[in-house]
Amino acid sequence: MKIDDGTVRHIARLARIRVTDAQARTLEGELTTILQWVEQLNEVDTSGVEPMTSVMETTATMRKDEVTDGGYPEDIVKNATEKADQFFVVPKVVE
Amino acid sequence: MANSAASSNLIKSETGDWELVIGLEVHAQVTSKAKLFSGAATKFGAEPNSQVSLVDAAMPGMLPVINKECLAQAVRTGLGLKAQVNLRSVFDRKNYFYPDLPQGYQISQFSQPIVGEGEVVLNMEGGETVRIGIERLHLEQDAGKSLHDQDPKSSYVDLNRSGVALMEIVSNPDIRSARQAQAYVTKIRSILRYLGTCDGNMEEGSLRADVNVSMRRPGAELGTRTEIKNINSIRFIGQAIEYESRRQIEVLEGGGEITQETRLFDTKTGQTRPMRSKEEAHDYRYFPDPDLLPVELSREFVDRLAEDLPELPDQKTDRFMADWGLDSYDVELLVAEKERADYFEEMVGGGAAPKQAANWLLNQHLGRVNKEGVAFEDAPVTAAANISILKMVDEGTISGKIAKELYDLVWETGDDPAKLVEERGLRQVTDTVAIEKVVDEIIAANPKQAGQVKAKPQTLGWFVGQVMQKTSGKANPQAVNAILREKLEIAED
Repeated sequence: MKIDDGTVRHIARLARIRVTDAQARTLEGELTTILQWVEQLNEVDTSGVEPMTSVMETTATMRKDEVTDGGYPEDIVKNATEKADQFFVVPKVVE
Repeated sequence: MANSAASSNLIKSETGDWELVIGLEVHAQVTSKAKLFSGAATKFGAEPNSQVSLVDAAMPGMLPVINKECLAQAVRTGLGLKAQVNLRSVFDRKNYFYPDLPQGYQISQFSQPIVGEGEVVLNMEGGETVRIGIERLHLEQDAGKSLHDQDPKSSYVDLNRSGVALMEIVSNPDIRSARQAQAYVTKIRSILRYLGTCDGNMEEGSLRADVNVSMRRPGAELGTRTEIKNINSIRFIGQAIEYESRRQIEVLEGGGEITQETRLFDTKTGQTRPMRSKEEAHDYRYFPDPDLLPVELSREFVDRLAEDLPELPDQKTDRFMADWGLDSYDVELLVAEKERADYFEEMVGGGAAPKQAANWLLNQHLGRVNKEGVAFEDAPVTAAANISILKMVDEGTISGKIAKELYDLVWETGDDPAKLVEERGLRQVTDTVAIEKVVDEIIAANPKQAGQVKAKPQTLGWFVGQVMQKTSGKANPQAVNAILREKLEIAED
């Protein structure tokens, strides 16, 4: 499968990454190579094999339903570019 | 087969009938003390960003750990929806950017949800039963909240809600009218509240719905749908569907095509409009969240939760109908809220006749509760007081008309009904001599009407009204009728 310029720009947009025309051309080639390698993996017959999403042979650890965290709003907004009254402040987003 | 084109639900038009097809996604906030993957609190209305852990704010290096109670709540809900519970489920990342989503993805469940197919039964007005299939229920994180009215150029973001557990309940496209959609959400809300898995508070956003609407000719393939996002009242769900179905019919009959898009319902205008953002965001690129291992539940865990389930609305409905022969729609209304059902059972347990108690509760009591806009449990008229009122009607101590006045007096004073009847002289006059005296007076005062009534027996009602007025509604209506007929020489009809 060949990745074209439009797909590169679509992915870049979804990931909120700005790419120059020159970068897009490079990425086209690189992403195409990666996908070709993945296509090679497709040659292995995996029917009946569960997809492996983790290398650990255990299942999820769980927490009790107890309030053990929170209560430090100043810390939460400390690194924000802009803040007011313990809120994060961002450019207006409204529908 | 659920609900195929019942002709009553079709929308008539000059070009022929249209069938409305609706599917709903209900987002219900899970009742839990802490969030789905962190130990921060979930309480509504706290100071901004005061219930946020570093996990919820998506600080680098933080790892989510699942709250077991949220899993239990999802399983209980699945059992309540008569759905299949999946012992193994997987959390995925749903990727999109929005300022109130600090992670840049929502942790949700995609291909392996915790609950599979189920069913909800609706008892509609007029005795019709409608079955709505549930496709799935999955757990996911809620996003934070953006406030847009604080500043002309900026939005303010509060992450208190970020990471709170949500259940998304997805229906099949089995719903065929706005009324059914409303009944469906009402029923889901009722089941959740009985189970205690969601408080159902729609004003606070604990329960909200995305509504998928499309139109087709009866029996034809499904049409292109639009999705109306985030409606938080049952009334608005009805309005949004009514508007959107009319809009789609207009487009289709004008020779146009429906664009698959996300729309918003404007509560001020009662209209829907397309969201401005481009739907590129619909490319969510789901993949299993590498921070979380698959959830494995034991059969014993699920069985234990099943044993502890409370009696649910449908079981209550069956019991009320079997034990007391009540109408299915009345029962649906009675059991919709647990407090209401308990109140009704208290009335019947205290000796009120079931049918009479149901009518009285649904019309008189609920009517006043709704009119006053108070919570059901805050109504000042107790079940015991209502039992006493109905008993006095039954024994002929007071008339039906006086019963309603007495009810209002109890509401206002909080006094004992029997005491009020004595104090205010509300006792019904069954004494025929007293009634005869009033009847004689009225006939004497209205010779013209008395002369005509023989030819027109239907005007007898006017005389009954006069007598009731004169006796302040305290005369026994049967006695009044009999005496009037006798004096005016009108045969029993």
